[in-house]
Amino acid sequence: MSAEQILFILVGVVILGSALMVVTTRKLIHAALWLVVTLFGVAVLFTLLRANFLAVIQVVVYIGAIAILFIFAVMLTRREQMEKGRQTRPNWWIPALLGALILTGLVVLILNLPGAERTALALPEGLDPVRALGSALVSPKAYVLPFEVASVLMLAALVGAVYVATVDKK
Amino acid sequence: MTFWNNPINFIADWLTGLLTGWHLPAALATILVYLIGIIVLVLFAMVLDIGLVWVERKVVARFQDRLGPNRIGPFGLIQPVADIIKMVIKEDITPDGADKVIYNIAPVLAATSVILLWAILPLASTIYGVDLNVGLLYIVAAGALGTLAIIMAGWSSNNKYALLGAFRMVANMISYEVPMVIILLVPTILANTMSIRGITEAQSGMWFGILSPLAFIIFLISAIAELGRAPFDLSEAESEIVAGFHIEYTGMKFGWFYAGELLHAFTFGGFMAILFFGGYGGFFGLEKLPGFTWLNFPLVQMLVFMAKAMFGYWVIMWIKYSMPRIRIDHMLAFNWKFLVPLALVVLVNTAVLNKVLAGLPNWGYVLGMFGSNILIGFVTIEILRAFGRRQRKLEENPTLQAQTQEQVS
Repeated sequence: MSAEQILFILVGVVILGSALMVVTTRKLIHAALWLVVTLFGVAVLFTLLRANFLAVIQVVVYIGAIAILFIFAVMLTRREQMEKGRQTRPNWWIPALLGALILTGLVVLILNLPGAERTALALPEGLDPVRALGSALVSPKAYVLPFEVASVLMLAALVGAVYVATVDKK
Repeated sequence: MTFWNNPINFIADWLTGLLTGWHLPAALATILVYLIGIIVLVLFAMVLDIGLVWVERKVVARFQDRLGPNRIGPFGLIQPVADIIKMVIKEDITPDGADKVIYNIAPVLAATSVILLWAILPLASTIYGVDLNVGLLYIVAAGALGTLAIIMAGWSSNNKYALLGAFRMVANMISYEVPMVIILLVPTILANTMSIRGITEAQSGMWFGILSPLAFIIFLISAIAELGRAPFDLSEAESEIVAGFHIEYTGMKFGWFYAGELLHAFTFGGFMAILFFGGYGGFFGLEKLPGFTWLNFPLVQMLVFMAKAMFGYWVIMWIKYSMPRIRIDHMLAFNWKFLVPLALVVLVNTAVLNKVLAGLPNWGYVLGMFGSNILIGFVTIEILRAFGRRQRKLEENPTLQAQTQEQVS
Protein backbone atom coordinates (compact mmCIF):
# COMPACT_ATOMS: atom_id res chain seq x y z
CA MET A 1 0.00 0.00 0.00
CA SER A 2 1.41 3.39 -0.92
CA ALA A 3 1.61 6.35 1.47
CA GLU A 4 -1.21 8.04 -0.41
CA GLN A 5 -3.54 5.10 0.09
CA ILE A 6 -2.80 5.04 3.82
CA LEU A 7 -3.53 8.77 3.98
CA PHE A 8 -6.73 8.29 2.00
CA ILE A 9 -7.98 5.61 4.40
CA LEU A 10 -7.08 7.73 7.43
CA VAL A 11 -8.85 10.78 6.02
CA GLY A 12 -11.84 8.64 5.04
CA VAL A 13 -12.15 7.32 8.59
CA VAL A 14 -11.98 10.87 9.97
CA ILE A 15 -14.63 12.09 7.50
CA LEU A 16 -17.03 9.23 8.20
CA GLY A 17 -16.48 9.35 11.95
CA SER A 18 -17.06 13.07 12.21
CA ALA A 19 -20.07 12.84 9.89
CA LEU A 20 -21.52 10.24 12.23
CA MET A 21 -20.87 12.57 15.17
CA VAL A 22 -22.73 15.36 13.35
CA VAL A 23 -25.97 13.39 13.47
CA THR A 24 -25.54 11.67 16.84
CA THR A 25 -24.16 14.37 19.14
CA ARG A 26 -26.70 16.01 21.42
CA LYS A 27 -25.41 19.57 21.42
CA LEU A 28 -26.24 21.41 18.23
CA ILE A 29 -23.07 23.50 18.36
CA HIS A 30 -20.95 20.37 18.63
CA ALA A 31 -22.74 19.03 15.58
CA ALA A 32 -21.81 22.19 13.69
CA LEU A 33 -18.16 21.88 14.77
CA TRP A 34 -18.04 18.19 13.78
CA LEU A 35 -19.41 19.28 10.42
CA VAL A 36 -16.40 21.59 10.13
CA VAL A 37 -14.12 18.59 10.71
CA THR A 38 -15.97 16.65 7.99
CA LEU A 39 -15.68 19.51 5.51
CA PHE A 40 -12.00 19.93 6.33
CA GLY A 41 -11.49 16.22 5.68
CA VAL A 42 -13.07 16.64 2.25
CA ALA A 43 -10.63 19.51 1.60
CA VAL A 44 -7.77 17.14 2.46
CA LEU A 45 -9.20 14.61 -0.02
CA PHE A 46 -9.13 17.29 -2.73
CA THR A 47 -5.48 17.97 -1.88
CA LEU A 48 -4.70 14.27 -2.21
CA LEU A 49 -6.22 14.43 -5.70
CA ARG A 50 -3.92 17.41 -6.52
CA ALA A 51 -6.97 19.71 -6.78
CA ASN A 52 -5.49 22.58 -4.76
CA PHE A 53 -7.99 25.12 -6.00
CA LEU A 54 -10.99 23.03 -4.97
CA ALA A 55 -9.39 22.29 -1.59
CA VAL A 56 -8.85 25.96 -0.81
CA ILE A 57 -12.32 26.92 -2.07
CA GLN A 58 -13.78 24.15 0.09
CA VAL A 59 -12.20 25.75 3.17
CA VAL A 60 -13.07 29.33 2.19
CA VAL A 61 -16.70 28.68 1.24
CA TYR A 62 -17.79 25.74 3.38
CA ILE A 63 -15.83 26.47 6.57
CA GLY A 64 -15.33 30.22 6.23
CA ALA A 65 -18.87 31.05 5.22
CA ILE A 66 -21.43 28.26 5.51
CA ALA A 67 -20.25 26.55 8.71
CA ILE A 68 -19.78 29.91 10.43
CA LEU A 69 -23.32 30.93 9.42
CA PHE A 70 -24.58 27.62 10.85
CA ILE A 71 -22.78 28.28 14.13
CA PHE A 72 -24.17 31.81 14.19
CA ALA A 73 -27.70 30.55 13.74
CA VAL A 74 -27.23 27.86 16.40
CA MET A 75 -25.81 30.32 18.91
CA LEU A 76 -28.93 32.45 18.60
CA THR A 77 -31.23 29.55 19.49
CA ARG A 78 -32.08 28.39 22.99
CA ARG A 79 -30.11 25.56 24.52
CA GLU A 80 -32.64 23.62 26.63
CA GLN A 81 -34.75 22.44 23.73
CA MET A 82 -31.95 20.63 21.98
CA GLU A 83 -30.45 18.71 24.88
CA LYS A 84 -33.57 16.74 25.79
CA GLY A 85 -35.98 14.71 23.76
CA ARG A 86 -35.59 11.79 21.36
CA GLN A 87 -33.07 11.92 18.56
CA THR A 88 -34.77 9.44 16.26
CA ARG A 89 -38.23 9.10 14.83
CA PRO A 90 -40.17 5.82 15.30
CA ASN A 91 -39.87 4.92 11.61
CA TRP A 92 -36.11 5.53 11.38
CA TRP A 93 -35.53 2.09 9.82
CA ILE A 94 -37.17 3.06 6.49
CA PRO A 95 -34.58 5.73 5.55
CA ALA A 96 -31.84 3.49 6.99
CA LEU A 97 -32.93 0.66 4.67
CA LEU A 98 -33.20 3.03 1.69
CA GLY A 99 -29.75 4.43 2.45
CA ALA A 100 -28.21 0.97 2.66
CA LEU A 101 -29.87 -0.02 -0.65
CA ILE A 102 -28.61 3.12 -2.41
CA LEU A 103 -25.09 2.56 -1.02
CA THR A 104 -25.00 -1.06 -2.28
CA GLY A 105 -26.36 0.06 -5.63
CA LEU A 106 -23.69 2.74 -5.97
CA VAL A 107 -20.89 0.36 -4.99
CA VAL A 108 -22.05 -2.25 -7.50
CA LEU A 109 -22.43 0.42 -10.19
CA ILE A 110 -18.97 1.87 -9.63
CA LEU A 111 -17.30 -1.53 -9.54
CA ASN A 112 -18.92 -2.44 -12.88
CA LEU A 113 -17.96 0.82 -14.58
CA PRO A 114 -15.45 0.34 -17.39
CA GLY A 115 -12.03 1.50 -16.21
CA ALA A 116 -12.84 1.46 -12.51
CA GLU A 117 -9.65 -0.51 -11.88
CA ARG A 118 -7.39 1.87 -13.77
CA THR A 119 -5.19 4.32 -11.90
CA ALA A 120 -5.65 7.97 -12.77
CA LEU A 121 -3.43 9.47 -15.44
CA ALA A 122 -0.73 11.85 -14.27
CA LEU A 123 -1.27 15.52 -15.05
CA PRO A 124 0.56 16.66 -18.19
CA GLU A 125 3.85 18.40 -17.46
CA GLY A 126 3.61 22.20 -17.22
CA LEU A 127 -0.17 22.34 -16.89
CA ASP A 128 -1.45 24.88 -14.36
CA PRO A 129 -4.90 23.57 -13.33
CA VAL A 130 -6.00 26.96 -11.96
CA ARG A 131 -5.15 28.68 -15.24
CA ALA A 132 -6.93 25.95 -17.22
CA LEU A 133 -10.02 26.27 -15.02
CA GLY A 134 -9.98 30.05 -15.30
CA SER A 135 -9.78 30.11 -19.08
CA ALA A 136 -12.43 27.38 -19.34
CA LEU A 137 -14.83 29.49 -17.28
CA VAL A 138 -14.59 32.51 -19.59
CA SER A 139 -14.04 30.75 -22.91
CA PRO A 140 -17.06 30.77 -25.29
CA LYS A 141 -16.14 27.24 -26.35
CA ALA A 142 -16.43 25.98 -22.77
CA TYR A 143 -18.48 27.21 -19.83
CA VAL A 144 -18.97 30.95 -20.27
CA LEU A 145 -22.78 30.70 -20.60
CA PRO A 146 -23.46 28.54 -17.50
CA PHE A 147 -20.94 30.65 -15.57
CA GLU A 148 -22.70 33.90 -16.46
CA VAL A 149 -26.15 32.44 -15.81
CA ALA A 150 -24.98 31.29 -12.38
CA SER A 151 -23.62 34.74 -11.61
CA VAL A 152 -26.94 36.35 -12.59
CA LEU A 153 -28.67 33.86 -10.29
CA MET A 154 -26.31 34.84 -7.46
CA LEU A 155 -27.02 38.51 -8.08
CA ALA A 156 -30.76 37.85 -7.98
CA ALA A 157 -30.33 35.99 -4.68
CA LEU A 158 -28.32 38.91 -3.28
CA VAL A 159 -30.95 41.46 -4.32
CA GLY A 160 -33.66 39.22 -2.89
CA ALA A 161 -31.84 38.93 0.42
CA VAL A 162 -31.47 42.70 0.65
CA TYR A 163 -35.18 43.12 -0.15
CA VAL A 164 -36.24 40.58 2.49
CA ALA A 165 -33.96 42.12 5.11
CA THR A 166 -35.05 45.71 4.49
CA VAL A 167 -37.30 47.00 7.25
CA ASP A 168 -40.32 48.75 5.78
CA LYS A 169 -40.20 52.37 7.01
CA LYS A 170 -44.00 52.79 7.14
CA MET B 1 24.95 23.88 -5.43
CA THR B 2 26.74 25.50 -2.52
CA PHE B 3 25.49 26.46 0.89
CA TRP B 4 25.38 30.18 0.13
CA ASN B 5 23.24 29.87 -2.99
CA ASN B 6 20.61 27.59 -1.55
CA PRO B 7 21.08 27.04 2.19
CA ILE B 8 17.87 25.22 3.05
CA ASN B 9 18.03 22.70 0.21
CA PHE B 10 21.75 22.20 0.88
CA ILE B 11 21.03 21.22 4.49
CA ALA B 12 18.03 19.11 3.42
CA ASP B 13 20.12 17.18 0.87
CA TRP B 14 22.87 16.67 3.42
CA LEU B 15 20.35 15.39 6.00
CA THR B 16 18.70 13.04 3.48
CA GLY B 17 22.10 11.71 2.56
CA LEU B 18 22.93 11.19 6.22
CA LEU B 19 19.64 9.40 6.93
CA THR B 20 19.85 7.11 3.90
CA GLY B 21 23.45 6.46 4.94
CA TRP B 22 21.96 4.96 8.10
CA HIS B 23 20.06 2.48 5.87
CA LEU B 24 16.69 4.21 6.23
CA PRO B 25 14.36 3.79 3.22
CA ALA B 26 14.48 6.86 0.94
CA ALA B 27 10.75 7.60 1.33
CA LEU B 28 10.97 7.58 5.13
CA ALA B 29 14.08 9.78 5.03
CA THR B 30 12.23 12.33 2.85
CA ILE B 31 9.26 12.38 5.22
CA LEU B 32 11.59 12.85 8.21
CA VAL B 33 13.44 15.71 6.51
CA TYR B 34 10.14 17.41 5.66
CA LEU B 35 8.97 17.00 9.28
CA ILE B 36 12.20 18.56 10.53
CA GLY B 37 11.71 21.38 8.05
CA ILE B 38 8.18 22.06 9.33
CA ILE B 39 9.36 22.07 12.95
CA VAL B 40 12.24 24.43 12.15
CA LEU B 41 9.90 26.82 10.28
CA VAL B 42 7.36 26.86 13.13
CA LEU B 43 10.11 27.34 15.69
CA PHE B 44 11.54 30.20 13.66
CA ALA B 45 8.11 31.87 13.61
CA MET B 46 7.56 31.34 17.34
CA VAL B 47 11.03 32.61 18.34
CA LEU B 48 10.46 35.62 16.12
CA ASP B 49 7.17 36.05 17.99
CA ILE B 50 9.05 36.40 21.29
CA GLY B 51 11.07 39.19 19.72
CA LEU B 52 7.87 40.81 18.46
CA VAL B 53 6.59 41.16 22.04
CA TRP B 54 9.59 43.37 22.77
CA VAL B 55 9.23 45.31 19.49
CA GLU B 56 5.53 45.92 20.09
CA ARG B 57 6.03 47.12 23.67
CA LYS B 58 8.94 49.39 22.74
CA VAL B 59 7.09 50.93 19.78
CA VAL B 60 3.88 51.52 21.77
CA ALA B 61 5.95 53.19 24.43
CA ARG B 62 7.48 55.54 21.86
CA PHE B 63 4.05 56.42 20.45
CA GLN B 64 2.79 57.14 23.96
CA ASP B 65 5.90 59.16 24.91
CA ARG B 66 7.20 56.58 27.37
CA LEU B 67 10.40 54.54 27.50
CA GLY B 68 8.87 51.07 27.54
CA PRO B 69 10.56 48.03 29.09
CA ASN B 70 14.12 49.00 30.08
CA ARG B 71 14.86 47.19 33.36
CA ILE B 72 15.70 43.60 32.39
CA GLY B 73 18.70 43.26 30.12
CA PRO B 74 20.03 45.88 27.70
CA PHE B 75 17.12 48.00 26.36
CA GLY B 76 14.77 45.61 28.17
CA LEU B 77 15.53 42.88 25.64
CA ILE B 78 14.97 40.07 28.16
CA GLN B 79 11.54 41.47 29.12
CA PRO B 80 9.65 39.01 26.82
CA VAL B 81 11.26 36.09 28.66
CA ALA B 82 9.97 37.50 31.94
CA ASP B 83 6.54 37.93 30.32
CA ILE B 84 6.52 34.31 29.20
CA ILE B 85 7.57 33.01 32.63
CA LYS B 86 4.74 35.05 34.16
CA MET B 87 2.24 33.65 31.63
CA VAL B 88 3.31 30.06 32.18
CA ILE B 89 3.19 30.10 36.00
CA LYS B 90 -0.20 31.86 36.20
CA GLU B 91 -3.12 29.78 37.43
CA ASP B 92 -4.85 28.01 34.57
CA ILE B 93 -8.62 28.37 35.03
CA THR B 94 -11.37 26.69 33.06
CA PRO B 95 -14.61 28.35 34.13
CA ASP B 96 -17.59 26.32 35.37
CA GLY B 97 -20.13 25.85 32.63
CA ALA B 98 -17.51 26.23 29.92
CA ASP B 99 -17.49 23.70 27.12
CA LYS B 100 -14.15 22.23 28.14
CA VAL B 101 -12.91 20.64 24.92
CA ILE B 102 -13.85 23.54 22.65
CA TYR B 103 -12.60 26.03 25.24
CA ASN B 104 -9.17 24.40 25.22
CA ILE B 105 -8.93 23.87 21.46
CA ALA B 106 -9.79 27.48 20.56
CA PRO B 107 -6.45 29.17 21.53
CA VAL B 108 -4.49 26.44 19.76
CA LEU B 109 -6.57 26.87 16.60
CA ALA B 110 -6.14 30.65 16.80
CA ALA B 111 -2.35 30.33 16.84
CA THR B 112 -2.42 27.55 14.22
CA SER B 113 -4.36 29.66 11.75
CA VAL B 114 -1.49 32.18 11.85
CA ILE B 115 1.32 29.63 11.63
CA LEU B 116 -0.42 28.03 8.62
CA LEU B 117 0.26 31.29 6.76
CA TRP B 118 4.00 30.76 7.20
CA ALA B 119 3.80 27.71 4.95
CA ILE B 120 3.51 29.94 1.88
CA LEU B 121 5.59 32.91 3.05
CA PRO B 122 8.69 33.10 0.82
CA LEU B 123 11.54 34.42 2.98
CA ALA B 124 13.94 34.30 0.02
CA SER B 125 13.91 32.95 -3.54
CA THR B 126 14.99 29.52 -2.27
CA ILE B 127 13.65 29.63 1.30
CA TYR B 128 9.92 28.93 1.43
CA GLY B 129 7.61 26.20 2.65
CA VAL B 130 5.58 25.50 -0.47
CA ASP B 131 4.80 27.41 -3.64
CA LEU B 132 1.04 26.93 -4.04
CA ASN B 133 -0.60 27.91 -7.32
CA VAL B 134 -3.53 29.19 -5.24
CA GLY B 135 -1.44 31.06 -2.66
CA LEU B 136 -3.66 34.12 -2.39
CA LEU B 137 -6.80 32.08 -1.73
CA TYR B 138 -4.85 30.14 0.87
CA ILE B 139 -4.45 33.39 2.85
CA VAL B 140 -8.23 33.80 2.87
CA ALA B 141 -8.74 30.15 3.87
CA ALA B 142 -6.36 30.46 6.83
CA GLY B 143 -8.26 33.60 7.87
CA ALA B 144 -11.48 31.57 7.87
CA LEU B 145 -9.95 29.16 10.40
CA GLY B 146 -9.01 32.14 12.58
CA THR B 147 -12.64 33.30 12.55
CA LEU B 148 -13.70 29.83 13.60
CA ALA B 149 -11.26 29.88 16.53
CA ILE B 150 -12.68 33.17 17.80
CA ILE B 151 -16.27 31.91 17.53
CA MET B 152 -15.29 28.79 19.46
CA ALA B 153 -13.54 30.82 22.18
CA GLY B 154 -16.47 33.22 22.53
CA TRP B 155 -19.14 30.56 22.67
CA SER B 156 -17.42 27.99 24.87
CA SER B 157 -16.45 30.51 27.59
CA ASN B 158 -20.12 30.65 28.64
CA ASN B 159 -19.81 34.39 29.23
CA LYS B 160 -22.03 37.01 27.63
CA TYR B 161 -19.19 39.48 27.08
CA ALA B 162 -17.14 36.79 25.39
CA LEU B 163 -20.08 35.92 23.15
CA LEU B 164 -20.70 39.57 22.27
CA GLY B 165 -17.02 39.98 21.44
CA ALA B 166 -17.09 36.90 19.23
CA PHE B 167 -20.20 38.16 17.42
CA ARG B 168 -18.56 41.50 16.73
CA MET B 169 -15.33 39.91 15.59
CA VAL B 170 -17.11 37.60 13.19
CA ALA B 171 -19.21 40.43 11.73
CA ASN B 172 -15.97 42.34 11.31
CA MET B 173 -14.00 39.53 9.70
CA ILE B 174 -16.74 38.32 7.39
CA SER B 175 -17.46 41.78 6.04
CA TYR B 176 -13.84 42.86 5.58
CA GLU B 177 -13.05 39.60 3.85
CA VAL B 178 -15.04 40.90 0.85
CA PRO B 179 -12.86 43.93 -0.03
CA MET B 180 -9.77 41.87 0.78
CA VAL B 181 -10.68 39.11 -1.67
CA ILE B 182 -11.54 41.68 -4.34
CA ILE B 183 -8.29 43.55 -3.83
CA LEU B 184 -6.20 40.36 -3.83
CA LEU B 185 -7.32 40.03 -7.46
CA VAL B 186 -5.35 43.17 -8.38
CA PRO B 187 -1.89 41.60 -7.82
CA THR B 188 -3.28 38.45 -9.45
CA ILE B 189 -4.14 40.38 -12.62
CA LEU B 190 -0.85 42.30 -12.62
CA ALA B 191 1.28 39.18 -12.07
CA ASN B 192 -0.91 36.77 -14.06
CA THR B 193 -0.66 34.20 -11.29
CA MET B 194 -1.96 33.50 -7.78
CA SER B 195 1.29 31.93 -6.60
CA ILE B 196 3.00 34.06 -3.95
CA ARG B 197 6.44 33.42 -5.44
CA GLY B 198 5.17 34.24 -8.92
CA ILE B 199 3.84 37.57 -7.64
CA THR B 200 7.19 38.36 -6.00
CA GLU B 201 9.12 37.51 -9.17
CA ALA B 202 6.74 39.62 -11.28
CA GLN B 203 7.71 42.67 -9.21
CA SER B 204 11.45 42.52 -9.89
CA GLY B 205 11.04 45.48 -12.26
CA MET B 206 8.25 47.52 -10.68
CA TRP B 207 6.44 47.24 -7.35
CA PHE B 208 2.67 46.70 -7.50
CA GLY B 209 2.39 49.28 -4.72
CA ILE B 210 3.46 51.88 -7.28
CA LEU B 211 1.26 50.48 -10.07
CA SER B 212 -1.77 50.47 -7.78
CA PRO B 213 -1.34 52.47 -4.55
CA LEU B 214 -5.11 52.41 -3.93
CA ALA B 215 -5.07 48.61 -3.87
CA PHE B 216 -2.34 48.75 -1.25
CA ILE B 217 -4.35 51.13 0.94
CA ILE B 218 -7.50 49.00 0.70
CA PHE B 219 -5.47 45.88 1.48
CA LEU B 220 -3.92 47.62 4.51
CA ILE B 221 -7.34 48.62 5.87
CA SER B 222 -8.93 45.22 5.38
CA ALA B 223 -5.84 43.50 6.79
CA ILE B 224 -6.08 45.57 9.96
CA ALA B 225 -9.78 44.68 10.21
CA GLU B 226 -8.94 41.01 9.67
CA LEU B 227 -6.37 41.23 12.47
CA GLY B 228 -8.95 42.82 14.77
CA ARG B 229 -6.51 45.55 15.78
CA ALA B 230 -7.44 49.15 16.54
CA PRO B 231 -9.35 50.94 15.09
CA PHE B 232 -11.22 47.67 14.42
CA ASP B 233 -10.71 46.12 17.88
CA LEU B 234 -14.42 46.10 18.75
CA SER B 235 -14.13 42.44 19.69
CA GLU B 236 -12.04 43.33 22.74
CA ALA B 237 -13.32 46.84 23.42
CA GLU B 238 -12.28 46.97 27.08
CA SER B 239 -14.52 49.93 27.87
CA GLU B 240 -17.65 48.10 26.67
CA ILE B 241 -17.23 44.33 26.91
CA VAL B 242 -14.17 44.01 29.21
CA ALA B 243 -11.92 41.91 27.00
CA GLY B 244 -14.25 40.28 24.51
CA PHE B 245 -13.74 36.73 23.37
CA HIS B 246 -10.65 36.03 25.52
CA ILE B 247 -12.11 37.36 28.78
CA GLU B 248 -12.12 33.95 30.50
CA TYR B 249 -8.69 32.84 29.34
CA THR B 250 -5.79 32.92 31.75
CA GLY B 251 -2.09 32.18 31.64
CA MET B 252 -0.65 30.63 28.53
CA LYS B 253 -4.07 30.07 26.94
CA PHE B 254 -4.45 33.83 26.79
CA GLY B 255 -0.80 33.88 25.75
CA TRP B 256 -1.64 31.89 22.62
CA PHE B 257 -4.20 34.48 21.55
CA TYR B 258 -1.73 37.27 22.24
CA ALA B 259 1.16 35.55 20.48
CA GLY B 260 -1.11 34.68 17.58
CA GLU B 261 -2.21 38.30 17.23
CA LEU B 262 1.35 39.66 17.21
CA LEU B 263 2.57 37.07 14.73
CA HIS B 264 -0.53 37.64 12.58
CA ALA B 265 0.23 41.36 12.42
CA PHE B 266 3.84 40.69 11.43
CA THR B 267 2.75 38.08 8.87
CA PHE B 268 0.37 40.55 7.26
CA GLY B 269 3.23 43.06 7.21
CA GLY B 270 5.09 40.38 5.29
CA PHE B 271 2.21 39.86 2.86
CA MET B 272 2.04 43.62 2.26
CA ALA B 273 5.74 43.50 1.41
CA ILE B 274 5.21 40.51 -0.90
CA LEU B 275 2.08 41.71 -2.69
CA PHE B 276 2.93 45.39 -3.10
CA PHE B 277 6.63 46.03 -2.37
CA GLY B 278 8.47 43.24 -4.12
CA GLY B 279 8.94 40.85 -1.17
CA TYR B 280 12.50 39.54 -0.97
CA GLY B 281 13.36 41.08 -4.35
CA GLY B 282 12.06 44.12 -6.17
CA PHE B 283 15.28 46.09 -6.57
CA PHE B 284 14.10 47.63 -9.90
CA GLY B 285 16.63 45.60 -11.88
CA LEU B 286 19.54 46.68 -9.67
CA GLU B 287 20.41 43.06 -8.85
CA LYS B 288 21.30 42.36 -12.49
CA LEU B 289 24.02 45.05 -12.61
CA PRO B 290 27.61 43.90 -12.06
CA GLY B 291 28.71 44.66 -8.52
CA PHE B 292 25.21 44.19 -7.10
CA THR B 293 24.82 40.44 -7.65
CA TRP B 294 25.25 39.89 -3.91
CA LEU B 295 21.61 41.04 -3.65
CA ASN B 296 20.64 37.62 -5.04
CA PHE B 297 22.05 35.67 -2.12
CA PRO B 298 19.24 34.06 -0.08
CA LEU B 299 20.44 35.40 3.25
CA VAL B 300 20.54 38.96 1.88
CA GLN B 301 17.08 38.47 0.37
CA MET B 302 15.83 37.21 3.72
CA LEU B 303 17.18 40.31 5.47
CA VAL B 304 15.49 42.52 2.85
CA PHE B 305 12.20 40.66 3.30
CA MET B 306 12.38 40.90 7.09
CA ALA B 307 13.08 44.63 6.90
CA LYS B 308 10.11 45.19 4.57
CA ALA B 309 7.82 43.01 6.71
CA MET B 310 8.94 44.85 9.84
CA PHE B 311 8.10 48.14 8.14
CA GLY B 312 4.60 46.84 7.31
CA TYR B 313 4.23 45.70 10.91
CA TRP B 314 5.33 49.15 12.08
CA VAL B 315 2.67 50.81 9.87
CA ILE B 316 0.02 48.55 11.42
CA MET B 317 1.24 49.49 14.92
CA TRP B 318 1.38 53.15 13.96
CA ILE B 319 -2.29 53.07 12.95
CA LYS B 320 -3.25 50.99 15.99
CA TYR B 321 -1.82 53.44 18.50
CA SER B 322 -2.97 56.63 16.78
CA MET B 323 -6.63 55.90 16.00
CA PRO B 324 -9.66 55.80 18.29
CA ARG B 325 -11.95 52.78 18.12
CA ILE B 326 -14.56 52.85 15.36
CA ARG B 327 -18.26 52.36 16.21
CA ILE B 328 -19.82 49.13 14.95
CA ASP B 329 -22.38 50.72 12.62
CA HIS B 330 -19.69 53.05 11.24
CA MET B 331 -17.45 50.05 10.73
CA LEU B 332 -20.06 48.18 8.69
CA ALA B 333 -21.11 51.28 6.73
CA PHE B 334 -17.46 52.09 5.99
CA ASN B 335 -16.96 48.60 4.63
CA TRP B 336 -20.08 48.12 2.54
CA LYS B 337 -20.72 51.68 1.34
CA PHE B 338 -17.14 52.80 0.80
CA LEU B 339 -14.48 50.08 0.75
CA VAL B 340 -16.29 47.44 -1.35
CA PRO B 341 -17.40 49.82 -4.15
CA LEU B 342 -13.95 51.42 -4.24
CA ALA B 343 -12.28 48.00 -4.39
CA LEU B 344 -14.56 47.01 -7.28
CA VAL B 345 -13.71 50.21 -9.17
CA VAL B 346 -9.97 49.65 -8.64
CA LEU B 347 -10.29 46.04 -9.79
CA VAL B 348 -12.18 46.91 -12.98
CA ASN B 349 -9.75 49.76 -13.66
CA THR B 350 -6.75 47.44 -13.27
CA ALA B 351 -8.27 44.70 -15.42
CA VAL B 352 -9.15 47.08 -18.28
CA LEU B 353 -5.94 49.15 -18.22
CA ASN B 354 -3.81 46.01 -18.02
CA LYS B 355 -5.11 45.05 -21.47
CA VAL B 356 -5.34 48.57 -22.95
CA LEU B 357 -1.83 49.63 -21.91
CA ALA B 358 -0.22 46.29 -22.74
CA GLY B 359 1.16 47.59 -26.05
CA LEU B 360 2.83 50.67 -24.55
CA PRO B 361 6.47 50.79 -23.44
CA ASN B 362 7.12 50.06 -19.79
CA TRP B 363 7.16 53.68 -18.58
CA GLY B 364 3.81 54.36 -20.31
CA TYR B 365 2.26 51.33 -18.63
CA VAL B 366 3.51 52.36 -15.19
CA LEU B 367 2.46 55.98 -15.69
CA GLY B 368 -1.01 54.98 -16.92
CA MET B 369 -1.62 52.61 -14.01
CA PHE B 370 -0.34 55.05 -11.40
CA GLY B 371 -2.19 58.02 -12.96
CA SER B 372 -5.51 56.17 -13.11
CA ASN B 373 -5.18 55.26 -9.44
CA ILE B 374 -4.44 58.85 -8.48
CA LEU B 375 -7.48 59.94 -10.53
CA ILE B 376 -9.75 57.42 -8.80
CA GLY B 377 -8.41 58.53 -5.42
CA PHE B 378 -9.02 62.19 -6.26
CA VAL B 379 -12.61 61.54 -7.44
CA THR B 380 -13.29 59.47 -4.29
CA ILE B 381 -12.07 62.26 -2.05
CA GLU B 382 -14.20 64.82 -3.95
CA ILE B 383 -17.31 62.62 -3.59
CA LEU B 384 -16.62 62.20 0.13
CA ARG B 385 -16.14 65.96 0.52
CA ALA B 386 -19.45 66.71 -1.21
CA PHE B 387 -21.18 64.13 0.97
CA GLY B 388 -19.67 65.63 4.12
CA ARG B 389 -20.70 69.14 3.09
CA ARG B 390 -24.29 67.99 2.53
CA GLN B 391 -24.37 66.28 5.94
CA ARG B 392 -23.03 69.40 7.70
CA LYS B 393 -25.60 71.60 5.94
CA LEU B 394 -28.39 69.28 7.10
CA GLU B 395 -27.15 69.46 10.67
CA GLU B 396 -26.87 73.26 10.63
CA ASN B 397 -30.38 73.67 9.28
CA PRO B 398 -32.96 71.83 11.41
CA THR B 399 -35.97 72.73 9.21
CA LEU B 400 -34.25 71.33 6.13
CA GLN B 401 -33.46 68.21 8.11
CA ALA B 402 -37.12 67.76 9.04
CA GLN B 403 -38.13 68.24 5.40
CA THR B 404 -35.70 65.65 4.08
CA GLN B 405 -36.81 63.20 6.72
CA GLU B 406 -40.40 63.74 5.62
CA GLN B 407 -39.42 63.15 2.04
CA VAL B 408 -37.63 59.93 2.98
CA SER B 409 -40.50 58.55 5.02
